[in-house]
Amino acid sequence: MSDKSNWKIWEVFVRSKNGLSHKHAGSLHAPDAEMALKNARDVYTRRSEGVSIWVVESEAITASSPDEKEPLFTPSDDKVYRHPTFYEIPDEVGHM
Amino acid sequence: MGETHSLEERFQAYVDAENKIEPKDWMPEKYRKTLIRQISQHAHSEVVGMLPEANWITRAPSLRSKLILLAKVQDEAGHGLYLYSAAETLGADRQDLVEDLLSGKAKYSSIFNYPTISWADMGAVGWLVDGAAIANQVMLCRTSYGPYSRAMVRICKEESFHQRQGYETMMKLASGTPEQKAMAQDALNRWWWPSIMMFGPRDEDSPNSAQSMKWKIKRKSNDELRQEFIDKTVPQAEFIGLTIPDPDLKWNEETGHYDFGEINWDEFYQVIKGNGPCNKQRLDARNKAHDEGAWVREAANAYAEKEAKRRKEGTAA
Ligand SMILES: [Fe+2]
Ligand SMILES: [Fe+2]
Repeated sequence: MSDKSNWKIWEVFVRSKNGLSHKHAGSLHAPDAEMALKNARDVYTRRSEGVSIWVVESEAITASSPDEKEPLFTPSDDKVYRHPTFYEIPDEVGHM
Repeated sequence: MGETHSLEERFQAYVDAENKIEPKDWMPEKYRKTLIRQISQHAHSEVVGMLPEANWITRAPSLRSKLILLAKVQDEAGHGLYLYSAAETLGADRQDLVEDLLSGKAKYSSIFNYPTISWADMGAVGWLVDGAAIANQVMLCRTSYGPYSRAMVRICKEESFHQRQGYETMMKLASGTPEQKAMAQDALNRWWWPSIMMFGPRDEDSPNSAQSMKWKIKRKSNDELRQEFIDKTVPQAEFIGLTIPDPDLKWNEETGHYDFGEINWDEFYQVIKGNGPCNKQRLDARNKAHDEGAWVREAANAYAEKEAKRRKEGTAA
């Protein structure tokens, strides 16, 4: 079997240090999750960029489409009352 | 018709406003094609770029220099992989790209078709070749395509060690015995012109550049980048007492830049066409490495299949 037929693409997420979230670093090819982790270590953390790695099959990710950007994200634009600056509190009250 | 027109206009306005294009966004087909070609050529260059330096790993003069060279070559492999990944976000298939490289159909940077004949070449390559690559890559950190830009940011962080270790090697040789200094000068003599050719043809001979600039794939022209590189590098050569092999090189008080001599464009096009000193050798070496690595890929597949089967039986039991 050629490697084309079964080396899947994996997305790599790296936690740079404890206390921070994993962040997308890039992608790579590997025949299974275990080897994807090993490859991710070599490709994305050669300079101690991470303390923890996640690998996820690219195919397993469901993404929103750019065409939905408006219906998905604009409804929150007019909800200004969700922001603290919407409320006028006298200075005398102090920091709130 | 009006529809396509407005899509392209919207795209241009979006790019003009310094927004990044992400993989699923609409883009003109030519933007996608241009990027796939450019990013994959860039990836191939990183991969083939390992060969001239790999030539010296077993003959590095000290353990320290051997470790450094190994780390640098490993970085270049990583750069190739970041870039193939970026090309894949545009719908390219990595296997196809690699096949195009192996068959000789795809291009890579001509600089790697020059031989590395002495240890001083490891210094000159790091200082000049990585230096010129960095100038281009720093510009590309601001390219309009998100995944390409992010790959470049990562690469640039790693590249600065490449140039510094090269310059350090040149510095050591230039302050060594007369023979060592002559070696360093000889390496500079051979690498200078090919290095400044790395920025590509003159602007007036680079017809696709204008569109790339308009789409903000490129942010500076070939001639601008070349001039910046020369202005930066001349004082670095002077500092270690080496001479740039260009009798016409002269500081121009008026422009605030160095004037330099005529580049041998005939040589440039000959090497691109495949007639450089090492074109065949590089492709042969790359094909040999790929073929000899086949068993590793097969073993990885077999192992993955075995593990998957074992897991299945484990859960069934
Ligand atoms: Fe590189
Ligand atoms: Fe490099």
